[in-house]
Amino acid sequence: MSELAPVTGIRNRKLAMWTFIGSECMLFATLISTYMVYRGRNLIGPYPHELLNVPFITVTTFVLLMSSLCMVLALAAMQQGNRRQARFRLFLTAALGLVFLVGQFYEFNHFHHEGLGLSRNLFSSTFYILTGTHGAHVLGGVIWLSTLFLRLGSGPIDAERIETVEIAGLYWHFVDAVWIILFTLIYLLA
Amino acid sequence: MNSQPAGDRSERLDGLIARARALGQAWKPRLAVVADWMTTVDHKKIAILYFLSGMTFLLIAGMEGQLIRVQLAQSELRILDPNLYNQLFTMHGTTMVFFAGMPLIIAYFNFVVPLQIGARDVAFPRLNMFSWWLAVFGGLFLYASVPLGSMPDGGWFAYTPLTNREYSPGRGMDFYVLALLLAGVGTIAGGVNFVVTILNLRAPGMTFMRLPLFTWMALVVSILILLAFPPFTVGLLFLLFDRNFGTHFFDAAAGADPLLWQHLFWVFGHPEVYILVLPAFGIASEVIPTFSRKGLFGYPVVVFSGVLIAFLGFGVWAHHMFAVGMGPLANSVFAGATMLIAVPTGIKIFNWIATMWGGKLRFTTPMLWAIGLVSMFIIGGLSGVMHASPPTDLQQTDTYFIVAHFHYVLIGGLVFGLFAGLYYWFPKATGKMLSDKLGKWHFWLTLAAFNITFFPMHFSGLLGMPRRTFTYPSELGLDGFNLVSTIGAGLFTVAFVPLIVNLWKTLRNGEPAGANPWGAPTLEWSTGSPPPHYNFAVVPRVQRRDPLWHPWIRPEEEEAGDHEDAGPGGVEPRLQPEVAPEPVVMPSNSWWPMVMSIGMLIATVGGLGSLETTLVGAAITLVGLFGWAFEPAFRDGAGHL
Repeated sequence: MSELAPVTGIRNRKLAMWTFIGSECMLFATLISTYMVYRGRNLIGPYPHELLNVPFITVTTFVLLMSSLCMVLALAAMQQGNRRQARFRLFLTAALGLVFLVGQFYEFNHFHHEGLGLSRNLFSSTFYILTGTHGAHVLGGVIWLSTLFLRLGSGPIDAERIETVEIAGLYWHFVDAVWIILFTLIYLLA
Repeated sequence: MNSQPAGDRSERLDGLIARARALGQAWKPRLAVVADWMTTVDHKKIAILYFLSGMTFLLIAGMEGQLIRVQLAQSELRILDPNLYNQLFTMHGTTMVFFAGMPLIIAYFNFVVPLQIGARDVAFPRLNMFSWWLAVFGGLFLYASVPLGSMPDGGWFAYTPLTNREYSPGRGMDFYVLALLLAGVGTIAGGVNFVVTILNLRAPGMTFMRLPLFTWMALVVSILILLAFPPFTVGLLFLLFDRNFGTHFFDAAAGADPLLWQHLFWVFGHPEVYILVLPAFGIASEVIPTFSRKGLFGYPVVVFSGVLIAFLGFGVWAHHMFAVGMGPLANSVFAGATMLIAVPTGIKIFNWIATMWGGKLRFTTPMLWAIGLVSMFIIGGLSGVMHASPPTDLQQTDTYFIVAHFHYVLIGGLVFGLFAGLYYWFPKATGKMLSDKLGKWHFWLTLAAFNITFFPMHFSGLLGMPRRTFTYPSELGLDGFNLVSTIGAGLFTVAFVPLIVNLWKTLRNGEPAGANPWGAPTLEWSTGSPPPHYNFAVVPRVQRRDPLWHPWIRPEEEEAGDHEDAGPGGVEPRLQPEVAPEPVVMPSNSWWPMVMSIGMLIATVGGLGSLETTLVGAAITLVGLFGWAFEPAFRDGAGHL
């Protein structure tokens, strides 16, 4: 049987990713709302302004943004059928994501040494769960992108594969966009 | 005995091996059937799986309800220990909502939606099976708490701080949290699947304003699922961390907002009511026109009122919290929004009545259930409007008046709708007609039992009968009402007997149904009963709403252009050939959804306190995920849905 054209003009997989992102918005909206509602309600320290290292996180934020740029370039290379470039850029996207995660690990570790364990206060609860959930999303993206990078070693670069990279890109850009919001609300407004 | 010669022994061993082989041969076909059902990706089979698992949990939760009624039959009884009573009402509510109600509506989505839109399956057949496994594993995990003697006891709403570690020190609430997190993943996956299916897989010409009402409601409900479940997931995550890792989300002593959980729960919990009841409205909107022999009155208005109910449903959650002291402004806003919902709901009821008005009515079993739904839901809706008003609610909250209200909505609305749908679509699913006589016994007995059980609760509630309390003093004078309710509950169990006899007899030797036994107008009735694996031999082309009731538009009319364009391709729905003219490639069965679900189940079990188990589960999940991603959906040849 020949494939019926999707009624919306957007193929199933891509539409599913958009739909899933819609649902994810509610997930992060709930986490962010909780963080904002609990801001400044700590009864004991350490307090956010004593710990948050804005210059350091600005650097990791920049790294994550650059990974989004690499993602765009990787898709462009895919569309041009340039396997070497596409693989290199996918690798770079995943690697930059990993650098971001290492930065987050360092930050968590540092906070922990400064006395902010997970169960310390309201700030520790909301901060770790919110940024941790985001970090888990980044980790998922890094695994996905690495898989794409490894699989792209062989096989044809057809429309199906280009679309796969595009869908991974949708997810990756969403995760980055969420970080921009978190960076603003947690770090810049602290 | 042990001194037999070696030759004799090896002969006996050979005999045993031969017998085992023969047994294996005999069981092989049966095992193949089991394996087929475990790996199926056919939406019709998955619908049956959902139906069976949902019905099983419905009966279990029903029995829990019966035990509650036995304990409350008279004042100051001590049949159940208060602790066990708390566990029973928690399990009853949680099971009914998450492991009976949700799977049952998704069973209907699965069977009906692809057939109604003229598709051959859902958009993601393996994801569909994954959702079912998680729904079942979630339920099994919840019930694993029973043999361990630590059933959750904090209510299906699980209010903090009662459910914090401090006040619920047992394992019970951890079972609740983890089971719902696990099942929730599958539910969200199902939501994505049905949104994409309905948006993308409609047959040529099946525009939104030609979409059957049930499919419309399936779309609306899938969107509700996608938007309402994440806040609940986050709430559960917070509770999990508060209970097990010492965070302070719900710890007022650390400065937390004591109402945070209630907000997160009800911002999900109220849309959940519409997730459960809108599909039932959709079923009524299919059944009533068919047996009135008349198109649905005011079709666009019914569609838009369904959408409006869903939209407004997100702005009313705090009417569950009038008693917590949010202040007059918040109470007024939520009261106003709640009362507003009565408008689209009323519109639907008037449209169903207007559909019947002047129609050629046939009072078959599905029609009786649908009319029962409309009348019982009116009662539940009216009591709902009463406690939409905060001063009234303050009198009624936490009493049996509320219990009466939501059982009229959930049984009178959802369960009556599910039974209407069961009698309506059973011939399509099995090819056999259920007995109308036994069906009517089932209906009238249920109607009587339901009202005998729940109508007196309005009175006992207004007289002060408290909810969630294992007994009541005889001075309240409520023994009479409670005894009647308990007798009604017993009758409710009896009312299931005609259904079970009916199903048993029909499956053994029921009358053959034929493609369209009811003379119904929608696409699912244009193909065989049961439908072939590929549903439609040829993709149907839709030119009008209720396509099987209207003549095919002739070419000259088409050229005149006095109708909407149906798009290219396809055949007239009524002219489905017996056999597909060209081979249809359907997606292949897959073990990976099961593997991945088992991994997630193991990870969830580890959530009870074993990091190693969680890591093992996560590893299996990852193996399942990669196996799934690298496995082609069609392995018997190239092809697409």
